[in-house]
Amino acid sequence: MNDYEVIHEKSPTFYGHFERKGELQQQTHYCPGCGHGVAHKLIAESLAELGLQDRAILVSPVGCSVFAYYYFDVGNVQVAHGRAPAAATALKRAHPDSIVMSYQGDGDLAAIGTAEIVHAANRGENICVFFINNAVYGMTGGQMAPTSLMGQVSTTSPFGRSASNEGLPLHVCELLASLATPTYIERVALNDMKNIMKAKKAVKKALQTQKDGGGFSLVELLSPCPTIMKMDPIVARKWVGETLVKAFPLGVYRDHKPDLPPNPKVPHKTVAEALEVEVGVTDVPPTRRHHTRDLTVKIAGFGGQGILLMGQLLAEMGLREHMEVSWLPSYGPEMRSGSAHCHVTLGHERIGTPLISQPEVLVAMNELSLHKFAPSVASGGLILYNHTQLPEGFSAPQARVVCVPASEIADKLGSAKVANVVMLAALLEETECLPSETAMAVLEATVKNPKFLELDRQALKAGCDYVDTQVEVGAVSQPDGYSY
Amino acid sequence: MRQLCKGNIAIVKAAVLAGCRAYYGYPITPASEIAEYASLLLPEVGGTFLQAESEVSAINMVYGAASAGVRVMSASSGPGLSLMQEGISYIAGAELPCVIVDVVRGGPGLGNIAPEQSDYFCIVKGGGHGCYRNIVLAPASVQEMFDLTVLAFELADRYRNPVMIMTDGNVGQMMEPLTIEMRDIKAPEKPWAVTGTAESRKNLITSIYLEPDVLEAHIHKLEAKYQLAQELETRCENYLTDDADVLLVGFGIVSRVLRTSVDQLRAQGLKAGLLRPITLWPFPARELRETAQHVKTVMVVELNTGMMVEDVRLSLNGTVPVEFYGRAGGNVPMAEEITAQVFARMSTVV
Repeated sequence: MNDYEVIHEKSPTFYGHFERKGELQQQTHYCPGCGHGVAHKLIAESLAELGLQDRAILVSPVGCSVFAYYYFDVGNVQVAHGRAPAAATALKRAHPDSIVMSYQGDGDLAAIGTAEIVHAANRGENICVFFINNAVYGMTGGQMAPTSLMGQVSTTSPFGRSASNEGLPLHVCELLASLATPTYIERVALNDMKNIMKAKKAVKKALQTQKDGGGFSLVELLSPCPTIMKMDPIVARKWVGETLVKAFPLGVYRDHKPDLPPNPKVPHKTVAEALEVEVGVTDVPPTRRHHTRDLTVKIAGFGGQGILLMGQLLAEMGLREHMEVSWLPSYGPEMRSGSAHCHVTLGHERIGTPLISQPEVLVAMNELSLHKFAPSVASGGLILYNHTQLPEGFSAPQARVVCVPASEIADKLGSAKVANVVMLAALLEETECLPSETAMAVLEATVKNPKFLELDRQALKAGCDYVDTQVEVGAVSQPDGYSY
Repeated sequence: MRQLCKGNIAIVKAAVLAGCRAYYGYPITPASEIAEYASLLLPEVGGTFLQAESEVSAINMVYGAASAGVRVMSASSGPGLSLMQEGISYIAGAELPCVIVDVVRGGPGLGNIAPEQSDYFCIVKGGGHGCYRNIVLAPASVQEMFDLTVLAFELADRYRNPVMIMTDGNVGQMMEPLTIEMRDIKAPEKPWAVTGTAESRKNLITSIYLEPDVLEAHIHKLEAKYQLAQELETRCENYLTDDADVLLVGFGIVSRVLRTSVDQLRAQGLKAGLLRPITLWPFPARELRETAQHVKTVMVVELNTGMMVEDVRLSLNGTVPVEFYGRAGGNVPMAEEITAQVFARMSTVV
């Protein structure tokens, strides 16, 4: 009599009476001889013994135990088929002090929910999973389960489970034990008192593990389903003890806390810091506004030429000058094929479309972009081309074309990377849409490395100087006769 | 203080301000940026970010976090949203609040990653099973990406219902000025949540009601909620509609193109106006009827083959002719294209 004690009352973790239909307020909806009742009892008693009832959250599955919340006087969340480990993950992370249990059958856990259980285990979620394996689908009326035995006849394997058609029974404990992260995995059986006592110990140990912050636990309970297996309760239990345990060996598959590398450090920020909002700083319109001008710009070239960044700098400048701005990048497969472009709109009124069909300014950083986009430039518009001269035969009679060898100038400055800044300066000088000191202010706020900032300063000056001096001598003729 | 901000980033910043401290998602172009930025910001402010094993898991993690009473969100695009539909149905059925962003891409199937508005049916009409509705917000600027995300969390809690933000790659990728007004946003008390405490022990989150009468009563309860949302939460914006002969209707990025088109049409002597639904559900039917009373024709423009136009036609019920112009496959029409379409179609009507 030392091995067990006789309990004469219902666990306090169970409700006194069950909110279910009909007259059966004292009974469960489970069939006589079903393993669920026993499994429920082991969990309820363990929770009570560990003093965890108030902290407990039971995530119930789809299957016969969908109504587990009829019985457990704990926090209850009923979830979609197979997804209990996902929901349990988020519940536990929201409330780390809660004790979260996922209760799942074999169809739920080992078929439709295979991804969820494997990944919850692999993350080492600090939850308990109670896995009821009765080798058959109960609630839906006896279809084949992923854990059905070879040759087992079910309503969807009428000739018996075949290896070539349905594969072999899935061994969940063995599968999860191949992962490094779980802490405790054991398979038990609900076939006789001795094994039920072992099962109780396993259930309690899983809960204790979570209580201690120990990590992921799974207890697989081999369980009788007399109704579906068309056996009386005694025979069903015997079948579990004699047949099911042979296919699914009992035992402990994992019992140690994983040795995991330390977590990387995450900096702590206030909400304002995270949102990049300077508290107490409000936008005051400048007492003296710089001259600014509405403009639509398309910037195009190769990826890596700083096309998108140049557009962002322009937009950022407009923002500083209290303009309305929009910046829209080309996105999609085009980016991967090596070309990039963006649209920038600077305005004084609310901006309608950010997609520019007829830009007032085209910045063509390569020949491809020049040919592709020059025809779309608005009448009376401007084209800035990154070269000393236009390609032979090129013509854009509706626009003024200015060649600025930005890449060449940048190379001379020591870094091809600042070609975009050279071109930005040329754009500002040509259009007078924004003051060049704003460009420097934006660069100072953006570029942290003093060496690069100095390069940018030189690039701005060089671009500006080139337009002021060289363009006139290096004049570019257009077929319509335009020239400097 | 104004900052230059990308649409997708504005969503995450708004979520942080709104007190969202849980993000569960799965990468997909063109929505990945939201997940990436959430993975940076949420841990920094003490929240949880987890990249799930699939959208199916992600939405069920959202279900779990919402059950636990925390403000939670996810974001995805077309194919990911298709996978999430079962979960969204459960969330609506269990009356859980959450915010889900769909940065719509081209479909069907793998389609492409360019902007479309072809998830209208799946998002607005509810792609999952059962009698439920999503509240759907359609931002058209970076500022609205922010403001409507904050609103989404408020509406989600007020109605205990999923709130969707339906946007596209253009609005998501666009950078515009963003003004953030710092304020302390507190989520309402959630006495129904399951939190693992003595006080919440009696709470149950479920969507199963086996008895037909009980389920019907539950559905009627949801429906009453949706009626209330229709009454109180419908939002739209009108531009130059008072004297309009031609009313353009479009949402999201299209509404921005249409705004320019309205200016172009007026410059060419045609009195055009724009009605831009901000809530796609509840749909601004009454506002549309009122606005359309004096117009001669309505033209709906969408990045699909004609989805919202069904709601426009239902709302107007044959009182005004409704034209449709759609582009798909990731093509976004330029303003000039719309303007030409209006002239081509309206010359006989107006």
